[in-house]
Amino acid sequence: MATTAPANASRDGVTVARAKWRPLEDERWLAVVLLLPTIVLLGLFIAYPFVQGIVLSVTDARVGIAGKYVGFENFERLWHDPIFKLVVWNTCWYTLVTTVFKLGLGLWLALLLNRNFKFKAFTRAFILLPFIIPTVLSTFAWKWMFDPTFSVLNWLLFKLGVIGRYGGLNWLGDADLAMWSIIIVNIWRGVPFFAISLLAGLQTISPDLNEAAAIDGAKPWQRFIHITWPLLLPVTMVVVLFSVIQTFADFQIVYVMTGGGPANGTHLFATYAYQLGIGTGLLSQGAAISLAMFPILFAIVIVQLLYIRRVETR
Amino acid sequence: MTKVTRRQFVGTTAAGVAAASTGGLAGILATGRAPAIAQTTTVHWLRWNDFVPTSDKLIREKIAPAAEKALGIKINFETVNGNDLQPRITSGIQSGAGPDLIMLFNNHPHLYSNSLVDLSDVAEEVGKAQGGYYDLCEGNCQVDGKWVAMPMAIVGALNAYRKSWFAEAGASKFPETWDEYRAVGKKLKANGTPFGQAFGQSFGDPPTFAYPLMWSFGGMEVDEKGKVVINSKETVDAVKYMTAMWKDSFDEGGLAWDDSSNNRAFLASTISCTLNGASIYLLAAREKGKYKTDAGAELATDILHGELPAGPKGKFAFHTFQSHALPNYSKNQKAAKELLKFIHAKENYAEWFRVGLGFDTPPTKVWETDPMWDKDPVMKPYAVAGKLGATPGRLGPPNAKSAEVLSKYLIVNMFGSAIKGQSAEDAVKAADAELKKIYGA
Repeated sequence: MATTAPANASRDGVTVARAKWRPLEDERWLAVVLLLPTIVLLGLFIAYPFVQGIVLSVTDARVGIAGKYVGFENFERLWHDPIFKLVVWNTCWYTLVTTVFKLGLGLWLALLLNRNFKFKAFTRAFILLPFIIPTVLSTFAWKWMFDPTFSVLNWLLFKLGVIGRYGGLNWLGDADLAMWSIIIVNIWRGVPFFAISLLAGLQTISPDLNEAAAIDGAKPWQRFIHITWPLLLPVTMVVVLFSVIQTFADFQIVYVMTGGGPANGTHLFATYAYQLGIGTGLLSQGAAISLAMFPILFAIVIVQLLYIRRVETR
Repeated sequence: MTKVTRRQFVGTTAAGVAAASTGGLAGILATGRAPAIAQTTTVHWLRWNDFVPTSDKLIREKIAPAAEKALGIKINFETVNGNDLQPRITSGIQSGAGPDLIMLFNNHPHLYSNSLVDLSDVAEEVGKAQGGYYDLCEGNCQVDGKWVAMPMAIVGALNAYRKSWFAEAGASKFPETWDEYRAVGKKLKANGTPFGQAFGQSFGDPPTFAYPLMWSFGGMEVDEKGKVVINSKETVDAVKYMTAMWKDSFDEGGLAWDDSSNNRAFLASTISCTLNGASIYLLAAREKGKYKTDAGAELATDILHGELPAGPKGKFAFHTFQSHALPNYSKNQKAAKELLKFIHAKENYAEWFRVGLGFDTPPTKVWETDPMWDKDPVMKPYAVAGKLGATPGRLGPPNAKSAEVLSKYLIVNMFGSAIKGQSAEDAVKAADAELKKIYGA
């Protein structure tokens, strides 16, 4: 508590030395001071753009023209926009498929890395590579691998006799294959994050539990289902939550690999918003697309957070 | 040694600094001139990475330093991928800071006209001195009679094709009609060397193929009054024709190609013909020994150029057009205008245009007879690129709406969707709906 007595206050004839004013000793002040940098940062870089986005989305602003209030016209336009419908489907499909694969492969990798073997530390560092390399850089390498003319994957399939000389797969030129191509790159990039996070979770589980179960005759599979998995679940949910948010708003992989093509076939929320807002200068429409992502993400986050709370308080 | 106390040191130093600064300021005020450092205006000039790198090299190493010397300014010359120019001007205008001169493509200046400085004085002066502009310059750069961008060059879009392979397929010259073109394509695809066409979302080759194809069948975005008329039998026919031709004559990877993919495919001899600027030929000719035909000859000796074929309604062309815009946020408008004048001064422009060997064709007519065109007959067809080029949104008035359609790749994607499997009728209907949202029903 701050003690701010008047200077040399005389009480009952006794002179009491004035205590210094120390606001930081007051927990309320301290809390404010400690939170201030975060509040300023969040305000500047999250809240302000978010509010600005909302303001833009209800106007008809274009680049260089402030625009006037048009209510929900931009959202109504999106509702009738077939490309936007494709974007919603693409984004949901992309997020769902990649998250399932990243979780499965990440968990598998984490369980393997949790064992003792030679060069354990080195291997753990090594598998982080896809996550460490700047995404744009690694995506360019993938773009070359999927190149319709020079694809090393097609060359490999040709050498293995799977395809004929002119039968190369049109990786990025076929809408379905292009979608699978970006999904593969996202999984490749995201698995290390799952693996390392889940590995950290696995290491918090006391080996005694598994040993005790083993002594009681539980098979490895049973030990995983009844001991490891329930204890790992809270960490898994948090990792999935992070991943879903990031994947849903993914931009770099699609922008570099396909630019949203062929014929809008791989556009996600972020790339479509960018093409309209920044590329064409239709700021209000771009903002509306970005904001349309918000309720969907918000719902996913709420459901997951509620679930995490239930798991943790169980 | 004299001892200097801390107080003495601080006192003396402070007095010295004060005297120097007040003296200096008084000196500056007395001369009525800004100090040298403030006099140096820096003009930030943003262009694309030219497909003929020697053009950028010339600017960087010769033209910019010469302009710096002549105009007493500093030039920060930056180049980016052509697809990144629009994002750069958008962010510049919105944030109120960015490059002073920005290169734009085609009719994109219409999209930003509210935020661009009127360059009519410079443009008129250059136009008058250099034989007048081709029609497409006005369509692309003028808004309400004002030049909001300064025409720089036209990247002629012609088909680069393999002479020997075409001859083997029975074509001694480039086909005149789509039917003849397709017949050659069918044979060449059967030989494993199909035609190749970029149909991805990229600024150059995809639109310069899609628009003229649509026009040559009689399809149009809008009529003379700006009414949307794209949903017509003519457009559907064009889309159907392209879809069928794609399967029997083209490399089907083209849907994912950008402006550089077809260059690579052609240089690797995996395709026999592609609509492009002259960059493929120029690169093959410059890097001797690197690109060869199957018979071991220089690839450049087997390349010729031909116009896009005619459809039922004639022959059309859409050439990628470059201009420079000066956003009104620029604090160096006077210097930037001076730089534009310097670039377009005949002797400077000639040097830049000649080093490009015809890849960048001038927007004014005086250069049609430039001796450079006589150097290489393979490049000669590009000399009149400006004469034949039309602007998107023809026959309607050039405006921001047609620029928006182009910028959203709606015409390119109309063809792309049909190639992907949508019926031609549905692809055209979808484009019609999008166009009506932009132009109004």
